[in-house]
Amino acid sequence: MELVLSIAIGVMTSCGVWLILRPRTYQVIVGLSLLSYAVNLFIFGVGGVKSNVPPILEDGIDPSTLSDPVPQALVLTAIVIGFATTALFLVVLLASRGLTGNDHVDGRNDPK
Amino acid sequence: MSAWTHHLIIAPILVPLIASALLLFFDERKRLQKAMISLASTIILLAIAIILFGIESSPNGFDGVYLLGNWAAPFGIVLVVDGLSALMLLLAALLGLATLVFSLAHWHAVGAHYHSMFQLLLVGLNGAFLTGDLFNLFVFFEVMLAASYGLLLHGSGPLRVKAGMHYIAVNLVAAFFFLIGVSLIYGTTGTLNMADLAARIPQIEPDRRMLMEAGAGVLGVAFLIKAGMWPLCFWLPTAYNAAAAPVAGIFAILSKLGIYVILRLTMLLFADGPSAGFGSEVLLFGGIATLVFGTIGVLASQALGRLAGYSVLVSSGTMLMVLGISEGTISSGALLYLVSSTFTIGALFMLIELVERGQDAGANVLTVTMEAYGDGEGQQVEEEEGVMMPGTMAILGTCFAACAILLSGLPPLSGFISKFAMLSAMMGTGAIGTPPDAAVWTLIVLVILSGVAALIAMTRIGIRTFWSSLEGTVPRVLVIELVPVMFLLALTMVLTIQAGPAMRYMDTTIRTLSQPSIYIDAVRNAARVEGWRKPAEAGTGEP
Repeated sequence: MELVLSIAIGVMTSCGVWLILRPRTYQVIVGLSLLSYAVNLFIFGVGGVKSNVPPILEDGIDPSTLSDPVPQALVLTAIVIGFATTALFLVVLLASRGLTGNDHVDGRNDPK
Repeated sequence: MSAWTHHLIIAPILVPLIASALLLFFDERKRLQKAMISLASTIILLAIAIILFGIESSPNGFDGVYLLGNWAAPFGIVLVVDGLSALMLLLAALLGLATLVFSLAHWHAVGAHYHSMFQLLLVGLNGAFLTGDLFNLFVFFEVMLAASYGLLLHGSGPLRVKAGMHYIAVNLVAAFFFLIGVSLIYGTTGTLNMADLAARIPQIEPDRRMLMEAGAGVLGVAFLIKAGMWPLCFWLPTAYNAAAAPVAGIFAILSKLGIYVILRLTMLLFADGPSAGFGSEVLLFGGIATLVFGTIGVLASQALGRLAGYSVLVSSGTMLMVLGISEGTISSGALLYLVSSTFTIGALFMLIELVERGQDAGANVLTVTMEAYGDGEGQQVEEEEGVMMPGTMAILGTCFAACAILLSGLPPLSGFISKFAMLSAMMGTGAIGTPPDAAVWTLIVLVILSGVAALIAMTRIGIRTFWSSLEGTVPRVLVIELVPVMFLLALTMVLTIQAGPAMRYMDTTIRTLSQPSIYIDAVRNAARVEGWRKPAEAGTGEP
């Protein structure tokens, strides 16, 4: 489980980093989305990877068998903020496309 | 603190938040009402900041912990006012008021929702200065960034959209670094409350310590991007140069926010224990590189806007070097330098727009053409509203000279006082009789060289702008535009005249900061408000 999760985070991060270094704005935004997924999974992972355990404390239950609710709350906030900023970036991307007539990150119009 | 002043702690977040929400109800055409609401909110904010600053500078000590939702400290989110945050709040309010008044001349009308975004920027700034929780800091950081994206694009145009796109991409990546750092720190220490974190870090076991330090390092990268440390700073001069003048003015404090967080976290978390002095080499060498890069940039700049952008880097580099060199006991002169350089750069960004309005040959040609073809009439009519400033060129020239003096650190203004206080404190470090070490000498030489470079660059541009101008046109400048610039420069004069009390305040602040136990105890022992809930229910206040 841990191995699968860490490989998934690693693959998404490396794809994301490669994509944000590309010259087209669309690639950059896909890269940023991939990075945000990787980061969200990472936050989820630091609470300890457990399946089928609720984050609810009841009397007589050992706290170490429960999953940690704080990273889940953090990841929820991170998702919302990441979503909003990505949407904003999309608007800027469209504005740049409209103003320069191409989707290069520097607004240059060479074929590469 | 009495009961009602205690609630003032949250007011710097609530007042601009309510104002920005209220502003959305007004149509864009009701410009006057929007401007009045925004102005009123900023003035209230300044009053609150002055009251909080007054309470903090009075000798009766540290009692500024506000428990949000009445939750006990490590479980709920706390807001903390101490000397440093009160100082930053006041700085933000003063700079905010000046830039807002400046923008009322015509900048606030060139795009939609300027005032809402401006108020939200203040929400984010004030929240980041006040919060005592690491994840809450992220949230306020994002509020501030989201507002700054909008403000940077204010006025639109290809240049701003291009710079804005780079700015947003860089800061989104910085936000990911922030999240990775925060979650690593949470995973290793099990807390996000800064005071609780500071108490736990000296005790964590070695195998987790490495991971915690990695987390702190990754977190630091996020703030260093904001502060503009050398390899992470290439976006900064372009973005600040492209922004509208009042926006660039308020952006002068955004890079100081990065410095503030680094200062707060290093002094709180890495004061003692096995991790003491963590990251100071990075700050030192990064600061040196930033200072050198900024100085070269200042010398190489042809346009005034880029010169001001590189001046931001110079001041960031100086602060980072001082943070790195002194290993937790930074001199109070550096704080004075932070305040002084923020005012200077804020004033310079606004002044540049006024000076270049009459001087840019290309723009003049364009105006003539536009007049000949009958275009741009709306623009002309708008600029003629309001009271024109008498003796414009003389005042502009004086303000420009004051900026040059401040940037280069010459007497009599506060640039000199702060650099002098900083350097003399540096000379005095180490045992008595031993000369200061190589790092201190490097700092002294670089700070003085950067001052010389600023002087050369400003003189060169000043001569070209004011003395050898071919057109001889006088820019149309309104009183409302020049007064904020003069206000900020007057504040640096106040800092010079009142250097004694200012230095005493900075000394007290630094002394409080260098004893993290004061902060930790204040947050941990913060009393919850009793009486509005039955004690039996209040007892279940833990998650």
